Amino acid sequence: MPKAPSSRRSADDRWFRLGTGLFAFLIFLLVAAIGYELVKNSRLSIAKFGLSFWKTRVWDPVSGDFGALPFIWGTLYSSLLALLISTPIALGIAVFLSELAPRVLRTPLAFLTELLAAIPSIVYGLWGIFVLVPMVRTLQVHTPDWLKKVPLFTGPPIGVGMLSAGLVLAVMVIPFTSSVAREVLKAVPPTQREAAYALGATRWEAIQAAMRYGRTGILGAIILGLGRAIGETLAVTMVIGNNPQVSLSLYAPQYSMAAVIANEFTEAADNLYLNALIEIGLVLFIITLIINVLSRLLIWRVSREVKVKEPRRVPAVEAAA
Amino acid sequence: MRFTRLAPLALGAVLAAAPALAQKQQINGAGATFPNPIYSKWFSEYNKLHPDVEINYQSIGSGGGIRQLTNETVFFGASDGPMTNEQLSAAPGKILHLPTVLGGVVPIYNIPGVDVELKFTGKALADIILGRINKWNDPAIAGPNPGVKLPGTDITVVHRSDGSGTTYIFVDYLSKVSPEFRQKVGVATSVNWPAGLGGKGNEGVSGLVKQTPGAIGYVELIYALQNKLDYGTMQSMDGEFVKCSIDTVTAAAGAAAAAMPKDFRVSITNAPGKGVYPISSFTWMLFYETPKDKAKAKVMVEFMKWALTDGQKYAKDLGYAPLPPNVVNLETEALKRIKF
Repeated sequence: MPKAPSSRRSADDRWFRLGTGLFAFLIFLLVAAIGYELVKNSRLSIAKFGLSFWKTRVWDPVSGDFGALPFIWGTLYSSLLALLISTPIALGIAVFLSELAPRVLRTPLAFLTELLAAIPSIVYGLWGIFVLVPMVRTLQVHTPDWLKKVPLFTGPPIGVGMLSAGLVLAVMVIPFTSSVAREVLKAVPPTQREAAYALGATRWEAIQAAMRYGRTGILGAIILGLGRAIGETLAVTMVIGNNPQVSLSLYAPQYSMAAVIANEFTEAADNLYLNALIEIGLVLFIITLIINVLSRLLIWRVSREVKVKEPRRVPAVEAAA
Repeated sequence: MRFTRLAPLALGAVLAAAPALAQKQQINGAGATFPNPIYSKWFSEYNKLHPDVEINYQSIGSGGGIRQLTNETVFFGASDGPMTNEQLSAAPGKILHLPTVLGGVVPIYNIPGVDVELKFTGKALADIILGRINKWNDPAIAGPNPGVKLPGTDITVVHRSDGSGTTYIFVDYLSKVSPEFRQKVGVATSVNWPAGLGGKGNEGVSGLVKQTPGAIGYVELIYALQNKLDYGTMQSMDGEFVKCSIDTVTAAAGAAAAAMPKDFRVSITNAPGKGVYPISSFTWMLFYETPKDKAKAKVMVEFMKWALTDGQKYAKDLGYAPLPPNVVNLETEALKRIKF
């Protein structure tokens, strides 16, 4: 035990704790205030459509019929697609940079990946329209006929659509996921790898051991990417086709929640219309909250697994040795 | 001590200067994005003539303009579509619509192997947007275009994804020429499109059209002129095929002046007459007829008198169609309704 702090120091500590605690509490306040405002400003739409807002496919500003389903679908579909494409690539980059890259390449490559994260989304959107979309269209034109019958690949070759949106999002998400995952791998104590090598592990097995050690953080990196994909607006709206429909097809033009708000908010003069758009924001808020809670649970489960399993593995290692 | 004695003097000087500062009139407005370039030009030119008048305009969209005017957070609003009866009754005072300039909307398309200006009938265009016509070699398109070899390419419709006055004008026209379109789609700044892709802004629509073989879309005349896009010719109400230009759009307004309603809330799409381009529209500024701030009202009426006369000469250079003289006369008369 260090010697007892003077009363002056303990008072300082208390104030410090109170101060920082207050700032942390502001976060709760902020989230609650956002929720309150969203509900308050979408009350017309909530009163009129109720829960059916979540499952209606119609979005008709002229007749005043609004439903969020196509937008919820588009947001979730495009984000998950982006996650599916970006995760292996991002983890590959992270592993290469932290474990395999020659020392001279490490810093410039890490710097460049972080630079990618700083590019504004409109630039990604323009790149999407002018470079990616024509490539996707060529791909669509050359899709063999038997594949076009599969629900994932139906529809005319337009270029813009779910696949383009997923690809642009994946490119945007990769720098985030890979930077965080690289930091996580860097933080894995070298003793972990040394121990693995000492047991005769190959390089690949040692990397696996390091990834296993850092899996909570790596999962966090992936979820950070998902959060970025769900909220992305401009780049998505430029390549997704902006057609509110629920389709399984990767080739079909669809829509997302953030995109419809950005597109229609300025000209929504009618009150119900405006309320419906704000309710889309509320839906996005709720879905983001749910995903965050679920990912917390996932991380919590994974980290508990690590703690429980590790002591048990010791006898097994000894037996192997 | 000396400073304390001087303080009342300094205060007196500040108070004396205050009325001189107050003479400078700052007026705020908000609304449509479409007329923003000409409004900005007007306000800066007018400020050169009258340095004491500063008019600020925020192009936040017609919907936002109407909302802010209704909440009285701005002195005047601006909109690409006239306010609905419902919106008018929600406002705390009587609102006057004043047309400022005109714009036209043109069809653009990308058909592999076709390099000529196509002629469209209103009915054919409506059926294309509705998805009833889905091949370029359909007789309804080929009919008015003898000698043009149209391929059997699928048609992809590209529309605006953002709410926009351009969309309002376009669907207003299609609803007039096709009862089915009016019933299925209707008129608003954003509609439930039966088919196709959405592009953000004029540049988004033209970008998608340029890239997608078989695509058709619509953009503002200004945008087509500035970017040297080829665009189609439309059949007017009198059956003549008219190419959109600043003159043919002004002609549409001239034709409508005869039957102008007192409140200027008029749609001039598909107007009758010779040399009239059918997809044309006014854009409006919105004022309270009995505004609370009388001093600002006086300044704004003076400004409008200038904008309707001298200000119109800036329109053409910026790609807007100026108001025809008969409409200007009607509006000068209507300005007297603003009480101050």
